[in-house]
Amino acid sequence: MSLISHKKSEKGFFNSIADHPSTDEFIKGVWRENPVFVQVLGMCPSLAVSNSAINALAMGLATAFVLLMSNILISLLRDFIPKQVRIASYILIIATFVTLTDYTIQAISIDLHKSLGAFIALIVVNCIILSRAEAFASKNSVGKSILDALGMGLGFTFALLCIGGLREVLGSGSFFGYEFMPYFFEKWVIMVLPAGGFFTLAFLLLIFNSYKMKNSKA
Amino acid sequence: MNDASLWSIFINASLINNFVLAYFLGICPFLGVSGKIETATKMGAAVTFVMVISAMCAFGINIALAAINAPFLQLISYIVVIASTVQLVEMFIKKVSPALFKALGIFLPLITTNCAVLAVALFQTSKGFGILQSFVYALGAGVGFTLALVLMAGLREQLEFSETISIAKGTALVLLVGGILSLSFMGFAGLGG
Repeated sequence: MSLISHKKSEKGFFNSIADHPSTDEFIKGVWRENPVFVQVLGMCPSLAVSNSAINALAMGLATAFVLLMSNILISLLRDFIPKQVRIASYILIIATFVTLTDYTIQAISIDLHKSLGAFIALIVVNCIILSRAEAFASKNSVGKSILDALGMGLGFTFALLCIGGLREVLGSGSFFGYEFMPYFFEKWVIMVLPAGGFFTLAFLLLIFNSYKMKNSKA
Repeated sequence: MNDASLWSIFINASLINNFVLAYFLGICPFLGVSGKIETATKMGAAVTFVMVISAMCAFGINIALAAINAPFLQLISYIVVIASTVQLVEMFIKKVSPALFKALGIFLPLITTNCAVLAVALFQTSKGFGILQSFVYALGAGVGFTLALVLMAGLREQLEFSETISIAKGTALVLLVGGILSLSFMGFAGLGG
């Protein structure tokens, strides 16, 4: 009973925040329009590098950074970029920031760079970034674009952490490399294999869908 | 220089390390255009074509970038090449078959942001393939992508007629089927060495 009432108050809390227009830009990316669970964008990285929580976190933050920087720049340049070549210009801006991120991660941690592999470079073709550039940053002010990017980036990182955490706990019996499962725990090897990625995301989507349906009925 | 034989490169790229089912590349079209077998086949052919062309161009770009000593331009130049190839394919399809152009819809220009295409260019560079090997690798990757797309489309055409619980409708169901497909593709491991 206490759990239910707690949930209700939490919902009320979210709603009261969401009433404020600028915070709404932030909140919507995290929850209501979560890029992975609701818009089903950016599937490739969210499945490919989510076999451990640390990889998922690094990937999420790298993507969020690129999203933030490209949203700022595109929003600043939105009056100067001709409409016909906008997509090409966005891609070039994004590619520049991704190259920057790639070299930065390489400088910080070679191990992390190796385990993420080509997927850092592949942030360029992450649909989330291009879709935010096209759907939001090219039409809104810098301040709003920053909030939007932060929300979407956080939402993406959150989704990635959910998938990565679940896969690591079940597949390797650890969380962020820290092994906590009892010795008799049989590791679900399938979870760290590619098929596990599909199943985990499908499972999370099922939960999300049933939650949404319950809410829309009520 | 990598000395893997052409045959093993092809088998590796198309079956063992299938781009969609083992590397999770090109998931968006895998979820989006896998409704009908016919569209899936043609989408696969278009992607394969773009892959091969851009892999060949990427080979040339690497030599050019090595000559002027600017490896940091790699990613940007790849993307430009891919975007222009997609533009070319788009104009070609629009001219030859307007019906197909409509069926593929938004997913045609989106080949630009298909991670599988960029990944082929990046992987062949990191593996140090020669020009013939790159060609076979890109071809194999394209065939593997088409195969996954067509298999999924066939399954989805059957699923249309079966009952599914309401919360599993849509993406979740496709992902579950994808997981099972991915499991079965693991059976190819060890093939071709």
